Formats: sequence, C-alpha cells, structure tokens
Amino acid sequence: MTLSKNEPILSVKDLQVTFSDANGDLQVLNPLSFTVERQEFVGVLGPSGCGKSTLLRVLGGLLAPTDGEVLFRGEALQGPRRGVGFVFQNANLMPWRTVFANIALPLELQGAPDSEIAPRVHELIELVGLQGFADWLPRDLSGGMAQRVAIARALVHDPDVLLLDEPFGALDALTREQMGAELLRIAIDARGNARNGSRMERKTIIMVTHAIDEAVYLADRVLVLGPRPATIRLDVSVDLPRPREESLRYTPHFGALAQHLRVAIG
Amino acid sequence: MKDTQRVIFVIVSLLGMLLLWQLIVWTADLPAFVLPSPGNVARRFMQILEDGSLLRHLGVTLFEVLLGLSLGLILATLTGYLLAKSRPVERFLAPYIVASQSVPMVAVAPLLVIWLGPGLLSKVLIAALIVFFPVLINTIVGVRAVPEDLYALMRSLQATRWQILRHLEVPAAMPVFLGGLRVGATLAVIGAVVGEFVGADRGLGFLINVGRGMYDTALVFVAVFVLVALALALYGLVVALENHLLAWQRRETKDG
Repeated sequence: MTLSKNEPILSVKDLQVTFSDANGDLQVLNPLSFTVERQEFVGVLGPSGCGKSTLLRVLGGLLAPTDGEVLFRGEALQGPRRGVGFVFQNANLMPWRTVFANIALPLELQGAPDSEIAPRVHELIELVGLQGFADWLPRDLSGGMAQRVAIARALVHDPDVLLLDEPFGALDALTREQMGAELLRIAIDARGNARNGSRMERKTIIMVTHAIDEAVYLADRVLVLGPRPATIRLDVSVDLPRPREESLRYTPHFGALAQHLRVAIG
Repeated sequence: MKDTQRVIFVIVSLLGMLLLWQLIVWTADLPAFVLPSPGNVARRFMQILEDGSLLRHLGVTLFEVLLGLSLGLILATLTGYLLAKSRPVERFLAPYIVASQSVPMVAVAPLLVIWLGPGLLSKVLIAALIVFFPVLINTIVGVRAVPEDLYALMRSLQATRWQILRHLEVPAAMPVFLGGLRVGATLAVIGAVVGEFVGADRGLGFLINVGRGMYDTALVFVAVFVLVALALALYGLVVALENHLLAWQRRETKDG
C-alpha cells in the first residue's frame, strides 16, 4: 500500500464512546475528530477520568467505538494492528518472565525464530540502557527500570506508532523527567544512538498524560480534552526546537505554553 | 548451616517420639495387640518388606493414587478453566458442584464400589472425585486473577487464543493452581485408602483391614506409617515442582 507523505497516519472522525451497564449509559467521549500526521508526537492532556485512556484504547484497536470511525493509514481500524506498540501506566510486565523474555514477547508471538529474537532484544536492552539486567526479574527492578523494559517491549517489533498511556505516571518526579528525555532519545532522536547500523525510523507517538510540563516538553502538538464526556478544548502546536534540551523547561516560551494549556484544562 | 540445623532438629524430635512411645509401652505394660513397641513394628516392617508383600500393596495403592490424581487434575483443570471463562457455564454447573461437596466421600464410596466393582476403577474414581474440588476452585481463582492489563497487552499484540492461554493464563494461574495440587495430592491418598477400606483385596488400606481383623496391630502401624510416607513424598514432589516452576516469585528469605 502506498501512502503519500502528507496523508495522516491516523484520522479520527466523529468518534463517540458510550459505556452501557445496568445503571444506564455513560458517555465517555463526545464526538471527537482529529488527525495525527506521520512521525508526529501528540500529547493528550486532560483531567483524570475524562476518557483519555479510553481514547487511547480505541486508537489501539482494543475497544470498538460506539459511533464514528478511526482510520489507520486510510483504512478503518477493525482491531489491534501489528504496527502499534502499547505502553501502559504500570509497566505491565509479566512477573514470571525475565527482562529479556518480557522484551522478546512480541517477537515470540509473531513466531520469529530465536536466532532473530536474541540479537534484536539485546539491541533494545542496550537502547534503553539496561545492559547487564537481561536475566533480572521484574520484582527486582525499580519503577523506572521496569518502565524502560516496557518501552523496549513496545519497540521491539519496530511499530510505526507508539501509544503511551500515562507511562510515567507512577514514577517520582525526577525519574519521570529522566524517562521523558530517554523516550525522546529512543523514539524521536534515535539516529544519534544507532551504533549498530539498524537505525529505527522516527515513531508516531500518542501519549496520554495529566502532566502539563511533560506534554509540552515531549510533544509536537498537544490536545487538551475537557471533562467527561470529553471534547477537544484546545489543539496547540508546540514550536520548541528538537532535540529538546533540558534547559528549554525554564524558558519563558515554555512557561507561556504551559500556562496556556493549564487555562484550557480549567 | 541452617539446613543441617533443621535436619538435626527433625532427627532429634523423631528419636524423642520413639523414646516416648517405648516408655509408654514399658510403663503401661500393654499387650502388643493394643500398642506394639517400636521394635515390634520395625520387625513386622522388615518381615513384609522381605517377603515382598509390602511393596506389592504399596505399588497397588500408589498406582491408584497416581491415576486418581491425574484423572481428577485433568477433569478439574478443564472444568475450572471453562467455569472461569464462561459465566453461563458457571451458573449452570455451580449448584451441582457445590452440592457434590456436601456429600461425604466416605458415604459415596460404597456406591462406587458396588457399581464399579472392587477393582482398580472404583479406587481411582474415588481418589479423582476427592481431588476434583480443591483443584477446581484454585483453577477458577487462578484464571480469574489474571490481570486485565496483561490481557490488553496480549490483545494489542494480536495474540491468538492459544497464545493467550500458553503465555499468559497458564503461567499467571500457576501459583494458585499448584496450591490446589498440593492439597489434592494428599487428598488422593485418602481417597484411594477410603476405596480400599470399602472393598478391595490388595493395597495399603486393605492391609490395614487385614491387620485389624487379625489383631495384628503392628501390621496396622506399618501400613499407616507407609501411607504417611507416601503422602509426604507426594507433597514433597509438588513442593519441588513449585520451587522449580515458581522460582520467579520465590523470595530470598533465609529461613522461609
């Protein structure tokens, strides 16, 4: 399938999600429409419980929309797709699998031969900076290390799209900043560290978060959702240069963007 | 260091019990058919060990136990998985399963022996029935406890039904399942012996019956001790299996 450079990789049209149970209907997403360009990093901000995670699940094909449609590369999304990597809020690792085996899972499920899995997994372990931890079990990892494993697992089968559901929400503030910078290095500026020749293409990323500074620092564009049922309140481009330097966080422009978003959230 | 200490404690405690037993026999001056001395029991043990009858009866009971345990395990695991995954099946079957548990196995055993004869089959079935419930319950609990987020992960990776079973549900449910197996393994021994009591012409339960009928109390003691050893060995096997399969969740406690 050919895809023109400018065609959006994801387009969401009049998306609605309603949960029904014995107590009646709960409308989670009001009609939402937006598109995501190839290799764009979109941050989705909103108050907790507004349906951000639900939106992400729909985009990942884990949840069918009640109404409206999601086009993935111009085709209606029917279910989970191979070209998507998911990172969950808690690292969501399998406790019985080592770091190596957790990262290898997507390749194993695809039926890749061991001879391909091992070098690829070691490449990812190096990329996320966990050399020497391949045989460790999740219970012995810190929160930040576990989330690195989760990111490696989401990248191992080289998806074009990464969906991140508050990936650093459970981490302390410092680790959180570090992991944000790591994410940019790995998924956006990957050229800089592809020492072994297999450079990864820059990913399209959609990240749900409730941290404003995180969204501004990481994303090219931020969508602000209102309280449930969610609508898009604001759609802002973040015109900060890449690679993003740590010092950007303390510039007046960064502050102004953050304030703009804060006001929109209400 | 700690391990050898523990072994020494066990040995000392066993020797203490034997001594106590011998003292009771001496002071109370009981006839051997009421309480045989440790020496009596040991002699009886060597006797039937040498003429081969002990191993023959042990073999019969062990065979019944292993078959019954396997059958009970297979049935309970399959049913448990089905019940855990399907609410309608659960609603349909749950009342029967719960009701079946309030029937004492000792009361059903004669029926099974009447229907299936005094041979191997009735013992295997009694053992299987007694194993069924704890394994069933633990399978259900184990499968239900698989984290929702890991299911979401597997689905996002387009895992097949079989891959979800193999890579997620089986390993995730394993700790609770093995807990059921631990209980089931010792219950299987009880089941086989109950069956042998009701009607059999071989096996350790039969041996106990014979000993009782002939006031050969030393023989009863030997059979009971061998049964205890059998149950402990099975239990030890399950624990070893747990240590092997669940190494990932074992805590490094020094004396745990």
